[in-house]
Amino acid sequence: MPRFAPPTPLTPYRRALILGASSGIGEALARRLAQDDYRLALVARRANRLQALCDELNQPEPRALYYVHDVTHYDEVPSLLERILRDLGGLDVVFYVAGVNEPPGGLDRYDFEKDRRMIEVNLLGAMAWLDAIAPLFQQAGHGHIVGISSVAGERGRVGNPGYGASKAALTSYLESLRNRLTRHGVHVLTVKPGFVQTDMLRAAQKVIFPISPERAAADIVRALEQGKQEIYTPWFWRYIMFVIRNLPSPIFRRLTI
Amino acid sequence: MLSFTRLENFGHSLSATCFLAQPENVEQIADLFRLARRKGTTITLRGGGRSYNDAALNGGGIVLDLSRMNRILEWDPQRGVLRAEPGVTLQQVWQRVLPDGWWPPVVSGTMFTTLGGCLAANIHGKNNYHAGTIGEHVLEFRAFLPSGAEVTCSPNHNADLFYALIGGLGLLGVFTSITLQMKRVHSGLLEVHAWPVHNLEEHLASLHSNAPEYDYIVGWLDATAAGRGLGRGQIHAARHLPPGADAQAERTRQLEYQQLPSTILGIFPKSLMPWLMRPFMQNWSVALVNSGKYLLGLRRQRYLQPHAAFHFLLDYIPAWERAYGRHGLIQYQSFLPKETAAEVWREMLRLSQKHGFPSYLGVTKRHRPDAFLLSHGVDGFSLALDFKVPDRRRAEMHGLLQIFDRLVVEAGGRFYFAKNSETNAATTRQFLGEEAVRRFRTLKKRCDPDHVLESDLYRRIFGSQD
Repeated sequence: MPRFAPPTPLTPYRRALILGASSGIGEALARRLAQDDYRLALVARRANRLQALCDELNQPEPRALYYVHDVTHYDEVPSLLERILRDLGGLDVVFYVAGVNEPPGGLDRYDFEKDRRMIEVNLLGAMAWLDAIAPLFQQAGHGHIVGISSVAGERGRVGNPGYGASKAALTSYLESLRNRLTRHGVHVLTVKPGFVQTDMLRAAQKVIFPISPERAAADIVRALEQGKQEIYTPWFWRYIMFVIRNLPSPIFRRLTI
Repeated sequence: MLSFTRLENFGHSLSATCFLAQPENVEQIADLFRLARRKGTTITLRGGGRSYNDAALNGGGIVLDLSRMNRILEWDPQRGVLRAEPGVTLQQVWQRVLPDGWWPPVVSGTMFTTLGGCLAANIHGKNNYHAGTIGEHVLEFRAFLPSGAEVTCSPNHNADLFYALIGGLGLLGVFTSITLQMKRVHSGLLEVHAWPVHNLEEHLASLHSNAPEYDYIVGWLDATAAGRGLGRGQIHAARHLPPGADAQAERTRQLEYQQLPSTILGIFPKSLMPWLMRPFMQNWSVALVNSGKYLLGLRRQRYLQPHAAFHFLLDYIPAWERAYGRHGLIQYQSFLPKETAAEVWREMLRLSQKHGFPSYLGVTKRHRPDAFLLSHGVDGFSLALDFKVPDRRRAEMHGLLQIFDRLVVEAGGRFYFAKNSETNAATTRQFLGEEAVRRFRTLKKRCDPDHVLESDLYRRIFGSQD
């Protein structure tokens, strides 16, 4: 049975699932959505961080539950999703925030283990969860799917081929979901952050215009509410990426961005 | 078998995503209970989906929509006894029995409720003062209990279950067949009288003194009127015609004679009405419309009206509830002893107007107590107030309704579980009394030891655990 008191017409709330909630954008989203009176299921690998976050969010009244899960344990997904649907009393929004960025360590280095890890977390984890959730949302004719991709997926850059490939594939996968589900009343939002001050940023070689995870979360929630299909956060990355996307290859391949 | 579905309540004020199943027989119901137990999930029963609140919603759990179990199993036109499956609607019932000279003993304001739902809520009609609730006309029912048993109950056999499952909100078992005694009628028409009442005291006094004189009585209350006109409105009362009074009884009992009009004022197609009404569902325009209605009702009237037209006012305009806009409507219905009703409702109407949340429609009735375990019956009156769910200030409105709850409970009043959506567990325990709650929980343990039957309503009014 649901673990929260049911909503009433005058005290309504939405239910959200955050995959990758223990740090960075996921953690900031959890705080932000709790303020907006959501009921939350938080999923991540690190129990102690989830526990601390829940303790904080559950004051003064219970709002969040947590589940320890590694998104690469794909076979756990169906039963965990079933449990979360039961505990939350349904589901309105899912955020796929889980992601890793492990650079190979130089422009002439290659590391298949790291590449595989990034594909497994950033792409296959999203597919495992969203392939399970999409048909439910389609049946219900209701639901929002928010995927955190990256500006890194827009061009094959020299720095981290595996990361760029995982995010390019995620962007394409989310677009397919959108094109499949919009006709069923389901909203899919692709988020493309630039640099956000999170644990992941330590892996980045060059950092320009970094923003806080709180600001990214605020942008994401606003876009969700406005029903946007795709956003950049912060907003000006749309224009930076427009330029980068349109650089001719003979020039782009001589650069080190 | 299960489809993830977003279900709404009748007022469109709440939705929940649930796993919907539509069983067609008792075996399938039993299978679904086994499935729910295996998965550790809960089941809510749903009939016509006409509740204003969360009675037929189960967020994240299973909802059994029983509307496919809609066969009339037996009809005895000599004795007026009907046996039917729980998904049979009141529409099916009256259309079957009226041509033979019978009418359902108690009906709701809409004919699209199901018998199972009517029993689960133990509905009352405009004849509550004489006829009591629908449960008082049930000769027998069979029910499937989550414990696996199938039981037959009547006032003499398994009486404890009889008086608890009726009005039990589908939380103890699933009705699988219902045997109901119809009322003999000698015409397809009712003799209706209508007269105005000019304030709350006169309103209630008129209900009180006239209820014994008529079979049916109901008041419309202009909840937007303040000052000396607070509680003003119009009473409609009706009598069955005695044998022989209707020379054309054979004809008036036929279904063609009972059709509801298809246009409003002869011009507006009914299906467009909710959309035409929508822009006018504002405080000022509703106050204007109510005043107009009151003035038109100042003339005393007397006329003959078909049963369906008198009873099923809510069905005149299909999907009228859509007129309330994006967030829908809620209904707040309180039942008060005749001694305290006027005082509480005067305060309630005054507060709702002061906070800028006037009710757009008020309906009053005369009631009497009944013997059911979860009962809303009082020797007094009820006032049902429809409210538009506002875009903003919802928390303020919630707080206001909590104040109303306190006023009602302190004045010895009660609530009806198919209506109010904000009443909480503490208030419920207070008005039902510790003893009734304890007896209900004991029966719940016996019928449903694994707590499979739950609904969002159950979790709200009884809390999620014992």
